[in-house]
Amino acid sequence: MNTAGGADDTTTFTGNRALMLEEALIFEIGSTETTGVDFDEAAPAADLGALARSAPIGLPGLSESETVRHYTRLSRQNYAIDLGLFPLGSCTMKHNPRLNEKVARMPGFADAHPLQPQETVQGAYAVIHELAEWLITLTGMHSVAMSPKAGAHGELCGILCIKAALEARGEDRRVILVPESAHGTNPATAAFAGFTVEDIPATEEGRVNLEALKARLGPDVAGVMITNPNTCGLFERDMKAISDAVHAVGGYVYCDGANFNAIVGRVRPGDLGVDAMHINLHKTFSTPHGGGGPGSGPVVLSEALAPFAPLPFVTKQGEGFRLIEEENAGEDHPQTFGRMTAFHGQMGMFTRALTYILSHGADGLKQVAEDAVLNANYVLRSLEGVLDAPFAASGPCMHEALFSDKGLAEGFSTLDIAKGLIDEGYHPMTVYFPLVVHGAMLVEPTETESKAALDQFIGALRSIAMRAKNGDPALKTAPHFAPRGRLDETLAARKPVLAWED
Amino acid sequence: MRYLPLTSDDRAAMLATIGASSIDDLFVDVPAEARLDGPITGLPMHASELAVERHMAALSRQNRAAGDGPFFLGAGAYRHHVPASVDHLIQRGEFLTAYTPYQPEIAQGTLQMLFEFQSQVARLLGTDVANASMYDGSTACWEAIVMARRITKRAKALLSTGLHPHYRSVARTMAKYTGDVLVDADPSLEAGTDWAALADSIDEEVSCVVVQYPDILGRIDDMTKLAEACEAAGALLIAVVTEPVALGLIKSPGEMGADIVVGEGQSLGVGLQFGGPYVGLFACKTKYVRQMPGRLCGETVDANGKRGFVLTLSTREQHIRREKATSNICTNSGLCALAFSIHMTLLGEAGLRQLAAINHARAKAAATELAKIPGVSVLNTGFFNEFTLLLPTEARPVIHKLAEKGVLGGVSLGRLYPDNAGLANGLVVAVTETVTEADISAFAATLKEVLA
Repeated sequence: MNTAGGADDTTTFTGNRALMLEEALIFEIGSTETTGVDFDEAAPAADLGALARSAPIGLPGLSESETVRHYTRLSRQNYAIDLGLFPLGSCTMKHNPRLNEKVARMPGFADAHPLQPQETVQGAYAVIHELAEWLITLTGMHSVAMSPKAGAHGELCGILCIKAALEARGEDRRVILVPESAHGTNPATAAFAGFTVEDIPATEEGRVNLEALKARLGPDVAGVMITNPNTCGLFERDMKAISDAVHAVGGYVYCDGANFNAIVGRVRPGDLGVDAMHINLHKTFSTPHGGGGPGSGPVVLSEALAPFAPLPFVTKQGEGFRLIEEENAGEDHPQTFGRMTAFHGQMGMFTRALTYILSHGADGLKQVAEDAVLNANYVLRSLEGVLDAPFAASGPCMHEALFSDKGLAEGFSTLDIAKGLIDEGYHPMTVYFPLVVHGAMLVEPTETESKAALDQFIGALRSIAMRAKNGDPALKTAPHFAPRGRLDETLAARKPVLAWED
Repeated sequence: MRYLPLTSDDRAAMLATIGASSIDDLFVDVPAEARLDGPITGLPMHASELAVERHMAALSRQNRAAGDGPFFLGAGAYRHHVPASVDHLIQRGEFLTAYTPYQPEIAQGTLQMLFEFQSQVARLLGTDVANASMYDGSTACWEAIVMARRITKRAKALLSTGLHPHYRSVARTMAKYTGDVLVDADPSLEAGTDWAALADSIDEEVSCVVVQYPDILGRIDDMTKLAEACEAAGALLIAVVTEPVALGLIKSPGEMGADIVVGEGQSLGVGLQFGGPYVGLFACKTKYVRQMPGRLCGETVDANGKRGFVLTLSTREQHIRREKATSNICTNSGLCALAFSIHMTLLGEAGLRQLAAINHARAKAAATELAKIPGVSVLNTGFFNEFTLLLPTEARPVIHKLAEKGVLGGVSLGRLYPDNAGLANGLVVAVTETVTEADISAFAATLKEVLA
């Protein structure tokens, strides 16, 4: 029901506004007696004694027609790539091809059990192997661990490889160095694996301060975690020098591959001295973000770290493939650090990513990187003089353009610009990240946007930036046209309501 | 390239706007020795949709799909029938191609779905609250052990021998590097669980006891006494559920006093998918919520007083707390959580109870039929839809012979515990609503033939 009226509110009986439809919770519209599934038989009586579940559970059901409508109505309250540009820096929200979805649903992939006899799933192993070969070749690395379930899980995999390698050398190094501009997952991962995290400062131009890094290196440093291209949208020119310096003191180089889309097919991390790098299949290789997962984060490894890669993995054997698990690790892979997840990883994402890679081929992937970088630079240069770009003088940006809140009117912030973009029909860019820039706005258009789409977005952002610079009070209360106005996040955290209460 | 909208004219115009003479100008910061000028050699070039589809279909056909014949595999991944509307709805672009709902005004669809999912999971598992999902059951299980360490300030975890060997393997891997102490062992072929023995071995160093329900051999047991023993000693009881459909028929771990309940939600909505992506379930008592890993969705109001939902309590998470976060986990398994939630909404309580009852009845019928084969017996006294068969010979070769004859007859304990000869004759058999009477007869006849 529509209660309090906002400035632009027009009350209707239902609370709906034409195609903007309100939708109640399943707990408000369903009943525990209703079901949308028919079975061929009545529920047989079971004799489970005291273990039988007798008390009500409280799970509402809906008929099939109501279910389809409920979720369809909910879906319309979401912004999505299918609706328009989704310029989230560091997230690479590119088009998700539908062939990927079709392939992932082929019965041989979707309806196969991970523990089937190996002779009955050779095609699944072939997919894993073929994708692995592509990832190894594209990155110029020695091998790849396919099982990590997401980017952060991949980071954990790489960091555990480093830990295992140090152990094998009989060394106990405790420190991982992480740039100030890193994703939060980097320090969290290092800490989760028992390391102490120390920050590496940045230079004025937004890159790792090589001299400061070198000064900190020593026998207690296990390694560094560098994002390249980095979260300021810049390529770390000194990457090779960083790697050499870290290797010289016996440490390892982890690269956060979140931004691999900018260099895929044009630069191989293996040529830059990287020892481990995760690849987000849901970024560079177009598997759907799904409103927050599932992701997939295979980790490419250097020869130095390869012996420690997790189980299981697929190896080619004559004409067929074999899965190396705990039982045969002893002979084939004695130094593995162990298992990270049940079964073999995100198979459904492997089929999608391989489909995407084969569609583009080596030439298409190179074009992907080039168009992604071209689009980002076009946004950066088109907004010069409108929004402050702190690193515009540091050289071309890579896949994303970084702006700050400098020059906005008193009382106006990055948040207002983000919410203003919502009214213009866009998802906001990444805001307040990286932390090295005040009121950061990180724009990543990706290669799947046309010039016309970019021109319209640039126009919208220019218009909002002018409103923020001129102190337009209406911007302070944006969004006005979204299904909801600004939500009270403080209330949500102060009095958490995390489940439906009857 | 069909996914790339820029034309060569566009590219030229844009380079002019930027003030660059060629695309290479934009890659000047890449050192020359690391710059590739042409496409990487030795790799195929771009291909048509038809060609790629043909290639992938050929690979798919090299697999035997579970639906191709009698199928009895479980052991942490279960084949249930998923209503057609589930897959249709999760492919709506607004769900499929949305990002994590960090901008709640235009992500209420995902957020309301997550709130409903959390509520369904909490009720199903019998706890107060649940998070917005984890990668899968095995990683959720490890995160629960870490959470118990944070809460109790103790580092010793007792793992039931009935815990899925992969879950145990994940925990062992992680504990090696985090300093956690695990007490674990292989199961023994007994009809009962090891829970009474676990209750007796809790001391003041124990942070948590981890049990699986139903366990890897399909056994079910009452955990009330174990929960009491944990509480008395200041330890937490963590229950792992890999087959959530069971909870339509048997008591939830939360009802029996478990502090944290984690599990694998793949049974509902997600499908087998050769092991992933799946959906980890994570639920606990309200008092521990601030120690939870992962994303949480909560209710609030907007500027006009309308109800809405947001991601909340995010000061637990890595993007805010960095190295002080409760976990390094960033994503959840949103689309799989959606599939789970839609399937659960379609079933409703009445449908879930009926589905569970059918699974149980079908499994009982199969167990009775298979136990008639000379030399074959059923280990379990109690089970839901999965039980352990004891064969007169090693189960592993039998599985391959069955597969040759078109029957996928379960998971051998030899595959799950390759180093334990004492378990080699065990075969874990799962029977869901997708199994027909004809499938059971075919399995029994073929097994008899193979063992003869």
